[in-house]
Amino acid sequence: MVLDAAWAVKWLNLCAEAMAEHRVELIELDRAIGDSDHGENMDRGFQAVVAKLGEGTPETPGAALKLTAMTLMSKVGGAAGPLYGTAFLRAATSLGDSAEIDPGAWAEALAAARDGIVARGKAEPGDKTMVDAWTPAVDAARAAADGGSADVLAVLVAAAEAAEAGAVATDPLVARKGRASYLGERSAGHRDPGAASSALILRAAVGAAA
Amino acid sequence: MTVSIVVVSHSEKIADGAVELAAQMAPNVVILAAGGTGDGRIGTSLEKVMAALDKAAGGDGAVILADLGSAVMTAESALEFVDDPEKFLLADAPLVEGLVAASVAAQGGADVEAVKRAAEAVRGPAHGGDAGRQVVEEGSVTGQGPDFTGDFEIINQAGMHARPAAKIAGGLSALAADVTVNGADGASMTALMTLAAGKGSVLHVEAWGADAERAVNYVGGLVQAGFGEP
Repeated sequence: MVLDAAWAVKWLNLCAEAMAEHRVELIELDRAIGDSDHGENMDRGFQAVVAKLGEGTPETPGAALKLTAMTLMSKVGGAAGPLYGTAFLRAATSLGDSAEIDPGAWAEALAAARDGIVARGKAEPGDKTMVDAWTPAVDAARAAADGGSADVLAVLVAAAEAAEAGAVATDPLVARKGRASYLGERSAGHRDPGAASSALILRAAVGAAA
Repeated sequence: MTVSIVVVSHSEKIADGAVELAAQMAPNVVILAAGGTGDGRIGTSLEKVMAALDKAAGGDGAVILADLGSAVMTAESALEFVDDPEKFLLADAPLVEGLVAASVAAQGGADVEAVKRAAEAVRGPAHGGDAGRQVVEEGSVTGQGPDFTGDFEIINQAGMHARPAAKIAGGLSALAADVTVNGADGASMTALMTLAAGKGSVLHVEAWGADAERAVNYVGGLVQAGFGEP
């Protein structure tokens, strides 16, 4: 399995499928502690990404991610737009013009994406945000890639599993950033919608390579 | 040329309404609204913000004001794509008051840095503060008296209301001087308004810095002209 432009396009299409499939679930999560638009916004944003990808085939994974970044920033509307937009943009910059992504490069692209989210949203781990999915994903991807023997699929899986665990771990947290922070203690007991959608995105990356 | 202003709001109506309000006080300033999403929903759109920045690109730069968290993030994202980022500044200020103060400063010919400062000077009251009155402590702290002072009697019927306060704050924000008016920060429109100075009351102006004399004379000129009002 190589992570090339075709893989990236498949990944982004699977992201769109995942957002459509989990739209109501994300809306419900966001209704509990936010403004209930996350599922709708992510669905709309990735449908727009699919439409853009249909207009022409990107030549590199980086080009596909950059196109995604610009589309999400313009079409999502909520905070997820600039946050995911920045994440995909920084990942695209990290990958540069490479035709294929090796395990180390994937780990570093995830780190760049996470750093972009942190720079844009000013959240720290434990604030009950998407950072709580991305940071363990970065750590797991780096650990898997540093093993040396790891094939790229193993690194994708490690990142997705860590993001899913990270999203679940936001359940008991009290939100300190974003719209949910207005709820204070009442935000505990609900999963962060952004962490949940982040896990879906990284799980789709596995699906595209399988 | 003047500095342009870009208003980024989740709501198209808020952005359009804020622009309409500010335009009353700054008829020669290009004030652009970037509110809502491209398809008319609540939210912010990078495309809209970038289109506004593009329109402002030919001039002397632009100051951006944004309402809630993700509008700030969208504005910051847009700034990553502009060619000359030093010409475009995001102000950390309450939207409506900041916009009015910024627009008036731009109307007065302030540069992009000064327009941003004018917007941010209003933020004290929005964060609580002492009934909106920001006292510049410089003189009392250092023990140094002001570099220039003046006393001026208000002659217009309506006294110190929003438009005069905006004129004073806007003009002062373009000068290299710290100014107090009866103890209130002269660069803060809201601080000046809370003076509630009516017709016949005297404004005591103190100024520190290179432009101290110009600053005092600027305020004096406005007051003595009745702010151009009856």
